[in-house]
Amino acid sequence: MKTTLPVRIKSLVLAFAAAGLLAGCASSGNPRDPIEGFNRAMFAFNEGLDSAIVKPVATGYEAVLPSPVRTGVTNFFGNIADLLIGVNNLLQGKAPEAFSDLGRVVINSTIGLLGVFDIASDAGLEKHNEDFGQTFGRWGVGSGAYVMIPVFGPRTARDTVGLILDLAADPVAHVSPNAERNVSLVLRAVNDRANLLPADKVVEEAALDKYSYIRDAYLQRRRNLIYDGNPPREPDADAEQVERPVRAEAGAAEPRASADSVAPASPVLVARTETAEAK
Amino acid sequence: MKFLFVLFSGLLISTTVLAQEVAPDVMVKTVTNEVLDIVRKDKDIQSGNTKKAIDLVEGKVLPNFNFTRMTQLAMARDWRQASAAQQKILTDEFHTLLVRTYAKALTEYKNQSVEYKPFSLKAGETDVRVRTEIKQAGAGKNIELDYWLEKSAAGWKVYDIEVGGISIVTNYRESFAAEIRKSGIDGLIKLLQAKNKSGETVAVKK
Repeated sequence: MKTTLPVRIKSLVLAFAAAGLLAGCASSGNPRDPIEGFNRAMFAFNEGLDSAIVKPVATGYEAVLPSPVRTGVTNFFGNIADLLIGVNNLLQGKAPEAFSDLGRVVINSTIGLLGVFDIASDAGLEKHNEDFGQTFGRWGVGSGAYVMIPVFGPRTARDTVGLILDLAADPVAHVSPNAERNVSLVLRAVNDRANLLPADKVVEEAALDKYSYIRDAYLQRRRNLIYDGNPPREPDADAEQVERPVRAEAGAAEPRASADSVAPASPVLVARTETAEAK
Repeated sequence: MKFLFVLFSGLLISTTVLAQEVAPDVMVKTVTNEVLDIVRKDKDIQSGNTKKAIDLVEGKVLPNFNFTRMTQLAMARDWRQASAAQQKILTDEFHTLLVRTYAKALTEYKNQSVEYKPFSLKAGETDVRVRTEIKQAGAGKNIELDYWLEKSAAGWKVYDIEVGGISIVTNYRESFAAEIRKSGIDGLIKLLQAKNKSGETVAVKK
């Protein structure tokens, strides 16, 4: 951490400075994506990096290692990730989920042979998906502008800060001999990428414009994760005013955070999050 | 007498239709199981035969979808700007695009199983979400796959699908709107047609 993190932060700051410079000249009118010009350039860079290096490596990895082994790798790193997922659940006031995450780590690290087998899921302890970005969202922090981060891919301003914390707290980044740490980081990255290979073809098939398809999918996905899978339905377009009561357009702040919003712990918080999310 | 016969058979038909009306969760389950049974046995689809997967989707899945509604949702405000003829073309092209995507996803199928979340239909409900989860064999990461259905005269029809919280219909909103801002409704039609044409060549190559 001592060596890598400041470098990472520095490059992020640089990226933001560059983004700020470009922001003035590259806006296509999407309020959630004010620095679209910069983002598209970064997206092209990431796509190039992916098709030149990451994807071929991941494809080879998938071809060489049998599926059970890859599952073991996924589970192993997933077990380590469960620690921070638990911390984030705790920070979000979801104690039962946090204890379940802790239970998962205990079970999988022991009976699951250092996390290689996900026994906890079989035993009914569901795996969660949490990170610092989601915690901020839960706390009511708005998502801010969409940013394409070099190498790491899509984020929002809020999730970029979350990412910095995720990286700083990442146990794998703290493995002591540097060589071992680096091998672990690369293995995890390649394995993660390999898990996404099937989705590639579907996205290629579906997207009219891959950049905006991925952007909008990311924004929807994050909104869904912050609400743990139960976000209030986005307001419908006014094409349906005939059938439904008139509702505000997607951009406007709205009084709709009532009916099906979740957060048993703090409904007020969620109402604020949602207003922020809708911007 | 003839009049009575017509009236009677009319009544008979409408009651059978009513009796046959399937609950939304049952419908989702039946269709999913039917489709997966076929994919599990079909080596061609598993090895990436998109054409065969498209036929399967067209035959089994599509009758349960409301494509006009899907296109309307994806077009949002711009839907009303389109003429009836444009709406028809847009619906057809969007239909083709979604079918291709769905078929592509089927060819990626590998031993996943589907879990159906508990569902109960409240009296008078006409707009529901049926939740399912795709279980990846062994790996801990499951994918939520939810279907939104609306009740119509012809029974429950799917009008949106959410994959991990991503609505495959509203995900097109921004790109549709951007294209319409740039080159109008006809521009969007052209773009969809070009996309579907390029999809065809990919499908043939396979």
